[in-house]
Amino acid sequence: MAQISGTTTLTQAAFQAEKLSVYYGSTLAVKDVFLEIPQNLIVSFIGPSGCGKSTVLRCFNRMNDLIPSARVDGRITFNGQDIYDKRIDAVELRRRVGMVFQRPNPFPKSIYQNIAFGARINGYQGDMDELVERSLKGAALWDEVKDKLKESGLSLSGGQQQRLCIARAIAIEPEVILMDEPCSALDPISTLRVEELMQELKQKYTIIIVTHNMQQASRTSDYTAFFNAKATDQGGKMGYLVEYDRTEVIFQQPAQQSTQEYVSGRFG
Amino acid sequence: MNINEPSPRDGAPVLTEPGDRPQRAALFQPNLSGRYTLDRIFACFAWGATALAVAILAWLLLTILIDGIGTLNWNFIDSFASRRAERAGIKAALAGTLWVMGVVAVFSFPLGVGAGIFLEEFSEDNWFTRLVEINISNLAGVPSIIYGLLGLAAFVRLLGPITGGRSVLTGGLTLVLLILPVIIVSTREALRTVPDGIRAAGFALGATRWQVIWNHILPAAMPGILTGMILSLSRAIGETAPLLAIGAASFIAFTPDGLGSSFTALPIQIYDWVGRPQKEFHDLAASGIIVLMTVLLLMNAGAIYLRNRFQQTR
Repeated sequence: MAQISGTTTLTQAAFQAEKLSVYYGSTLAVKDVFLEIPQNLIVSFIGPSGCGKSTVLRCFNRMNDLIPSARVDGRITFNGQDIYDKRIDAVELRRRVGMVFQRPNPFPKSIYQNIAFGARINGYQGDMDELVERSLKGAALWDEVKDKLKESGLSLSGGQQQRLCIARAIAIEPEVILMDEPCSALDPISTLRVEELMQELKQKYTIIIVTHNMQQASRTSDYTAFFNAKATDQGGKMGYLVEYDRTEVIFQQPAQQSTQEYVSGRFG
Repeated sequence: MNINEPSPRDGAPVLTEPGDRPQRAALFQPNLSGRYTLDRIFACFAWGATALAVAILAWLLLTILIDGIGTLNWNFIDSFASRRAERAGIKAALAGTLWVMGVVAVFSFPLGVGAGIFLEEFSEDNWFTRLVEINISNLAGVPSIIYGLLGLAAFVRLLGPITGGRSVLTGGLTLVLLILPVIIVSTREALRTVPDGIRAAGFALGATRWQVIWNHILPAAMPGILTGMILSLSRAIGETAPLLAIGAASFIAFTPDGLGSSFTALPIQIYDWVGRPQKEFHDLAASGIIVLMTVLLLMNAGAIYLRNRFQQTR
């Protein structure tokens, strides 16, 4: 089994997607995406519902493998290596590419166990107490929960739960964190805290965030990819990448008219 | 019975509406009193159904207690069967039931839960799994005597050298067959109630399928799985027909000393006593029913205690 090579400083791209297409059964969900995700930056995916941005996101840690009918065409490289190569192990890849979901989904276990689980199954040899503290501090949650680590993760508020999920993700030292609409179930104050946290995490991790909130994309991200969907002959919808550039370009002088219309709120 | 709903009173103030609203509002005929009457009729019906069920159960328990309490004493529990009613006891049947239920619990839990996990978490959706699913649902409805005949053919005749013929092991395995479909179905239901977010969270942290199931899905589903086990074991403990079909004896003067030992069980002993002409034996049957119900209650209490412990650790 091929090992995924360590972080290399030569390439500036964490991920490169070439002609990436995703099918569900015989339906083409996303077609021909070319993307380059630079290291230690925040990239946001925006676009109307059904445009395939979450689908593309889930290709980067092969979560689509878990959907029996899903099929991925094209190529995604992670530090220069094809992650859909048969010799690459998805379980190993997912330790290196963490994920935070739309709805906070802590395990129905103690706060401590929520953090320790990922480390334990991945054979962490260090001091677990220290790791739990460091991860919770990294997710700006330590001060709020340090006296109740034995309490259930579900006893926290929604915003705290989402930060617990971020702490859980960074506990296994990933290189990339994928965030699938991480703030859509949170109130504005919790959202702001998560956004501040993202700016800190950027120092150590590459972040890809899917968001429906265009202010969030323009506030937080360095690069923005705009996806759109068009009707297919079979009556379904097919997503495609319209434009990908630095965030200020996408929001101020996009090359495509549909991007202009979307970011100015005229559709979507 | 208490219905807290407010009901309209005669002369109560009517909500007025401004402008041209009354004209369009006239198209609505709220008929509040009629709807409240329906409310009350349904509440009465629901209350009556509950009361009837409780009353019948109470009457049943009461008559059994009246008949059986007189002969229920330590001698009854500590004596073997006898042709003379005053010396007959339930020791062999009680021990037999405990042995058989032990076999049932030990075999049915891993087999049933394992099959449920396979079908729900591992198997792909193809013609084979669909065939298995249809079969399991149908097996849940097969009469218990059929399972008895299956046990007779499979465990007494075919596997006789291994099971020891009409033995504790044969009786237990036959009852396992009987309740497996129910355990499998209820396990799958319990697994389905675990949110997919938990699975996704586990996989996203680099867990393998088994690590996700063992660490997160099973603990979360365990209360539901144990509920299915309680119901299934309660059914198994009272089953008479399959045990009669495999030929469990009703007159046994020793307690089982192993899995290969012949045995009798509480429902068989009760059935035997009820069938005799003398009134004394009918009273013994009532005492036997009290013992059976007590074992059943203790078993359920244990399982409910386990279930609550799993719920608290969440």
